[in-house]
Amino acid sequence: MADSHNGGFTPGPDGPGAEAPPLLMLSGIGKRFGGVRALGNASLTLTAGSVHVLLGENGAGKSTLINIIAGSFGPDGGTYCLDGQPVRGLTPQRARQAGISAVFQEFSLAPNLTVEENLFLGRERHRLGVLDRRAMRLRAQAVLDDLGFDISPRQRTGDLSRAHQQMVEIAKALMDPVKVLILDEPTASLTEAETERLFALVDRLRAEGVGIIYVSHRLREIIRLADRITVLRDGCTVTSIDAAGVTEDGLVELMTGRKMEALYPQIPHAPGDALLELSGLTLANRTVEDVSLIARAGEITGIAGLVGCGKSEVIRAVYGLETVSSGSIRLKGQAYSPSGPARALTAGVCYFPSDRVAEGLALGRPIRENASMAALDRQRGVVRRGQERSFIKATMDRLRLRPANIERAVGTLSGGNRQKVMLARGLTRPTQVFLFDEPTVGIDVGAKAEVYDFLRDLVRDGAAVVLVSSDLPEVLHLSNRLYVMHRGHIAAELTGADITEAQVLACFFQEDVA
Amino acid sequence: MSVHLPSHHPQPQQFSDRLMLAVAGIGLLPLLLVALVAVLALTEPRFLGAVNLLNILRTASVLAVVASGQMLVLIVGGFDLSVGAVVALSSTVGATAMAGVAASGASPALAVTAGCAAGLGAGAVVGLVNGLCVAVLKVSPFMVTLGTMSAASGVALLLTNGIPVYGLPDGFVSGFGRAVWLGLPSALVVSVVLLGAVAVMQRHTLAGPALRAVGGNLQAARVSGVAVRGWTVAAYVGCAVLASLTGLLLTARIGSGQASLGGLNMTMESIATAVIAGVSLRGGAGRVEMVALGAVFLAVISNAMNLSRVDSKAQLVVLGVILIAAVALDELGKRRRVRV
Repeated sequence: MADSHNGGFTPGPDGPGAEAPPLLMLSGIGKRFGGVRALGNASLTLTAGSVHVLLGENGAGKSTLINIIAGSFGPDGGTYCLDGQPVRGLTPQRARQAGISAVFQEFSLAPNLTVEENLFLGRERHRLGVLDRRAMRLRAQAVLDDLGFDISPRQRTGDLSRAHQQMVEIAKALMDPVKVLILDEPTASLTEAETERLFALVDRLRAEGVGIIYVSHRLREIIRLADRITVLRDGCTVTSIDAAGVTEDGLVELMTGRKMEALYPQIPHAPGDALLELSGLTLANRTVEDVSLIARAGEITGIAGLVGCGKSEVIRAVYGLETVSSGSIRLKGQAYSPSGPARALTAGVCYFPSDRVAEGLALGRPIRENASMAALDRQRGVVRRGQERSFIKATMDRLRLRPANIERAVGTLSGGNRQKVMLARGLTRPTQVFLFDEPTVGIDVGAKAEVYDFLRDLVRDGAAVVLVSSDLPEVLHLSNRLYVMHRGHIAAELTGADITEAQVLACFFQEDVA
Repeated sequence: MSVHLPSHHPQPQQFSDRLMLAVAGIGLLPLLLVALVAVLALTEPRFLGAVNLLNILRTASVLAVVASGQMLVLIVGGFDLSVGAVVALSSTVGATAMAGVAASGASPALAVTAGCAAGLGAGAVVGLVNGLCVAVLKVSPFMVTLGTMSAASGVALLLTNGIPVYGLPDGFVSGFGRAVWLGLPSALVVSVVLLGAVAVMQRHTLAGPALRAVGGNLQAARVSGVAVRGWTVAAYVGCAVLASLTGLLLTARIGSGQASLGGLNMTMESIATAVIAGVSLRGGAGRVEMVALGAVFLAVISNAMNLSRVDSKAQLVVLGVILIAAVALDELGKRRRVRV
């Protein structure tokens, strides 16, 4: 970075220290991925020696913003200033040289390397290409000892527990002197004691003048650590406040913000037969343990929970995408053992994945083919193009696809239209049980409302809808009955007037008595 | 084929668990090799003869050098179908240049130098094309190396019309290719030196962790500042150079440059060797010492089949079965890991 003066610099209106330039200042940052807007107008001002918490619901744009700060993505617009100097063309390497280190949820560790190799990856100590393994081992040991992490530098990283990998990741971020440290849900996999040690470390770094950007959903630790809190909603910075005196209730209000009652249709509730019954369901990978639930015809059964609580895995197991180790599934009163999607479709169960790009759609193919994909076996080996076209056209019209051209490649569509193509699949064959995994993630508000209307229509026509969502207002408003999951177990079943934010959050943030 | 088990197993309950742990400690390959050698030594009197053993080692050494190159590419998560064709290319280009310079009346030393440089250069160009297409153009390694395989063997055939290139300096053939050093064939000695060089590179230079990081977690390597493209290209060039060296060694031994050397069979054997040696097809793991053992293992099997007069066509079937079995075991080992 060029060495120049800070003459023309004026601190942002929300900068707490108005005298010195803030360590990091972002304003008006925008970022789109294809047709999806991840950030619209995000701003953040970080001062040295403070902990700045980024708060927002899933999909509010927190991870996009920290990726921009760390140089992984370039912003589409807005300004990015480090020490009062505008920064352009940032890459992860340059960010690191400038003292910006990030600890992401997806680890930047190579599982097949040893701990010390990972710590020094990309900045090995060497003389003419010959590694100085001794020096690296000593330094790695020194850093790990200094941080109080009980990890051997010679262990293979992939053999470590997730908590230990998290520690390696943190150690890696601190190998070089840092000015800005980004921590993305750093306590997600840590035990109580490890969390305390991490907090002590954060306190120490703050005292040393490091600016820390901290992303977390855990209200208690936000209150424990934060100096300042910036709230993101739908890709925009809503407010930025001093953390002194905030309460957990206040944080929830900040995070969820406006009530968008208008967005959610009134779901008629006419519970009929139990179409899907799970009892004692446990998966081979232990992400789900002893889950029992019922989904009835004519109602929306919601499953809420934090990311990684196993809520998606439950419905994926029903569709045959996860291996069940024990427990039973009954479908329309009959015992059912899931063996794969083809079997599930034949049995009248349809699953809509959250990752529509990876698991849902063939991006290069037209809407028509994508929509009819799940019903290929009904065409008896011969695709009757004309019939297919008129049927899919009618279906897409019903879903209000705009523009109404079913020959467009799915890759050119926005998130909302892509979801409509997915939904059309559920209408191409007789289906009674609809399993939705995060149906509105990454789509804009208008398309959301249409997806909700679609759910309402399904329920009105007597289908059983299971809605898995991390979007709290969504499951709160749409569910006739709501299960809350926590660490692979059902923590609560709520009905009617009990379905409130307070009830659900109480289950989310219940302390683990383990 | 590497069998990985959780190291934190408190107490293996069953005998099969104990056995698996023991196998995991030493590795399956050395045990299989010892067992195979023991059975052959007991049942086949000709097996332990000095000439036969040297024969096995000579076959193994050629294969090991090509397979160690293949390993480099596998470590970065690719693979190279062109190695066999590069062997043929370096043999014909090297021999043509060598014979040409020798015929022009230059000193044999100059002719050998020019020939080796031409052979290595031709191979390196193929490696560079492979590496650049994969790393920069992001073409799948399968398609790129399938293409260069065809092109390289085409050039080798065009250059020679399928006729062996003679006229190599005597010093290259009898003085080097057929020489015996320390009681061992020269090719074996050279191969051991090359494998040693690869081992040192893997353990003691930047290339070791860099190549494994690229294959182990590309994104992690990138955000850690590893020159991902550079190392990918380097792996393909290294692979092609090792294949070219093999081509030159074979040329020196048989005394002529031939477009029929190497070929698809050697490509297959090199991949089989690497996979048997525990080099992961998903990238990120592989040790040259194990590759050398893997080459000896395949050479012993092929020798055993020769001694018991198994038809060479049937041997191809066996090789195919071994390759598939090794890959399947690798896959099973991986799955066991994931569940841990």
